[in-house]
Amino acid sequence: MDNIAGTKSGLVWATNLSVIFLVILWLVPTIGLLVSSFRDREQISESGWWRAPFAVEQAFRINPEPEGVVQEGDLYVLEGNLFGDAGSGAVAGFGITSRAPGAAEPGMVYARFIVDVEEPDGTIDDTRLELAYPADGEPIFPAQDEDGNTILAETAVLDRALQVEANGDFRYLSDSEIDRAPTIYITAETPPEFSLENYDTILTSDNMDRAFINTLTVTIPATIIPICIAAFAAYALAWMDFAGRGFLIAMIVGLLVVPLQLALVPLLQLHNRIGIGQSFLGIWLAHTGFGLPLAVYLLRNYMVGLPRDIIESAKVDGATDFQVFTKIVLPLSFPALASFAIFQFLWTWNDLLVAKVFLPSNSESWVMTVKIADDLLGSRGGDWGILAAAAFISIAVPLVVFFAMQKYLVRGLLAGSVK
Amino acid sequence: MSPIIQGIITVIIGVGGCIGYFYLSNLILDRVIFPPRNDDNGRNINRATMVRPWLFLFPAIFALGLYLVYPVVGSFWRSLFNRSGNEFIGMGNYATMFGEEGFRQALFNNFLWVLVVPAACTFMGLLVAQLTDRLRWGNIAKSLIFMPMAISFVGASLIWKFVYANDPEIGIINAVRDSFGMAPIDVMQIPFWNNFFLMIILIWIQTGFAMVILSAALRGIPEETIEAAIIDGANPFQIFFKIKVPQIVGTIVVVWTTITILVLKVFDIVYAMTGGNFDTEILPSYMMDYMFRDDGRATAVAFVIMVIVLPVMIFNIRQARKEMH
Repeated sequence: MDNIAGTKSGLVWATNLSVIFLVILWLVPTIGLLVSSFRDREQISESGWWRAPFAVEQAFRINPEPEGVVQEGDLYVLEGNLFGDAGSGAVAGFGITSRAPGAAEPGMVYARFIVDVEEPDGTIDDTRLELAYPADGEPIFPAQDEDGNTILAETAVLDRALQVEANGDFRYLSDSEIDRAPTIYITAETPPEFSLENYDTILTSDNMDRAFINTLTVTIPATIIPICIAAFAAYALAWMDFAGRGFLIAMIVGLLVVPLQLALVPLLQLHNRIGIGQSFLGIWLAHTGFGLPLAVYLLRNYMVGLPRDIIESAKVDGATDFQVFTKIVLPLSFPALASFAIFQFLWTWNDLLVAKVFLPSNSESWVMTVKIADDLLGSRGGDWGILAAAAFISIAVPLVVFFAMQKYLVRGLLAGSVK
Repeated sequence: MSPIIQGIITVIIGVGGCIGYFYLSNLILDRVIFPPRNDDNGRNINRATMVRPWLFLFPAIFALGLYLVYPVVGSFWRSLFNRSGNEFIGMGNYATMFGEEGFRQALFNNFLWVLVVPAACTFMGLLVAQLTDRLRWGNIAKSLIFMPMAISFVGASLIWKFVYANDPEIGIINAVRDSFGMAPIDVMQIPFWNNFFLMIILIWIQTGFAMVILSAALRGIPEETIEAAIIDGANPFQIFFKIKVPQIVGTIVVVWTTITILVLKVFDIVYAMTGGNFDTEILPSYMMDYMFRDDGRATAVAFVIMVIVLPVMIFNIRQARKEMH
């Protein structure tokens, strides 16, 4: 067929490439989330998730104990190894300020001088100047500092100096007595780290497990109960003759698009009046009501297409409507029931609006969507690893359902969109 | 009582109650009210047949009436009262609302959403459906593009928060900008255009829906029409635009209207991404600002949404009636 059509191979290539491009475009955001959820907090802030498989240069702060300080001339000297006794790490750079934690390479000396500068108007002032220079060399002062003042190099006085080797050996010099632990910054390559730590944190310390169970508690009854109610109604609308049937079907088509927002205030008031209030019972009833139009519509459309012969011959044989429904129509309608069940499951699991209104607003009753939107995005705003893990916990179950039952979902979509 | 046990009990009571109701009401109808006795056997069977549909329908009609029909009236009625609900103020809520800058902004933004999102979803869906149509791995590609449908709006918002993040080590957009030496930018704070960045999230979710339906429609096109066009020497683009698209216009309209309705309901994305700040408010999120604080105002917003939906509703009902006859 393709050959007869004379499809050019160039077009096939272009099609393949553009589909690959679109698929990647669609997947990238989700993959980013998934990768980030396994990454360590520091690594997330050091490098993008797309560089997750590679080593990350991370900055560390180390405060070595000021033990064994010796005096050499005017200066006090502290020597040792930053990693304890053994030189286990590999230092990539070091420094004495958090601004520039990797300012000097191993083997160099990084020093701070107090030096006089001459401002353009002739005033003499002093400033601090940090410099890196080879251990066997001399510091070379620039002619001017950042503000454009002339540096008077001959006035330089050493304030402190640091020398670190790649294996962690260090030598710290100071012009005043070292009685507190000096602060040393180093940068080191850390290998990529993937762990379940974020999941562990969010599930154990953040009440996400509770939210997960709440979501499950909301979802299951809210999926099953409307199916029961809708199946009978759909059968009546499909296979029973009575006045007003057409009107009812039109009504249900109309109700399919009624915005949920309309129902919130009056129904919450109603629930409060009859004593249900904001509770799980309330949200089950609400989801049941909101899911019914689609359920009835989908199931009726499917049932109407069942072969007339089977149903009529069963009736001729003396089966009642109730028997026809339970013994013949219901088993045959399984695909439609499955379609609606998936819809309703995804919808209730993913819902935020109904949960915010019909469930109590205390944290004990939060479902996962509310937990993420109202709590985590605020309290854990910058903690991307935790956020990613939380989001992934909330989307994992729907994703499994989605991929396992995609066939029914597609069928339901095709039957459910108003033709 | 732990909610999960409560849930299990509810499932049992709910399902058992449903089945029990249908079974018992049938039994009572057949045995007690209209028993087919010798003298009026036929008449009673006919009567039972007349009543039975309503037995089957009653729970559904009751629930629909209470949860969807009553609220339309109830909301409108409530919107005529003031904040605390004890003073009738007629159209007062509507008048204040339309006079308010925030509401007009939300209305305008919603208008943008309705204009852009359905069009973009339908276009992208049609594009993917057509591209994957003859592809050997087309089903896998479709399945992956369809996947966001399973993700909650909140989850999707979080996913896109990563993409949009200000820090070039987290947000991929700013990482790209950074590699070109441009300063990082918070796309959620760019006036006007931030709305479009929010819309991208919904487009990302809904393209799969459009694709699935349009793909089925493309497959349903009679092969002969395409073959005839090929024989007449039409090129692939002509076949697509002049043969295929005209035959699926009906489905395109369905997809378009369905997504339009959805756009008017989704408040989650704006709520999670910006909280309505930076002039990104839309009607559903504007309504949630007043929910629990000013029911009169909240119901008035809801009713405005209802009025916007109304034409689609009427159109759908007409289509359904046409199909039935």
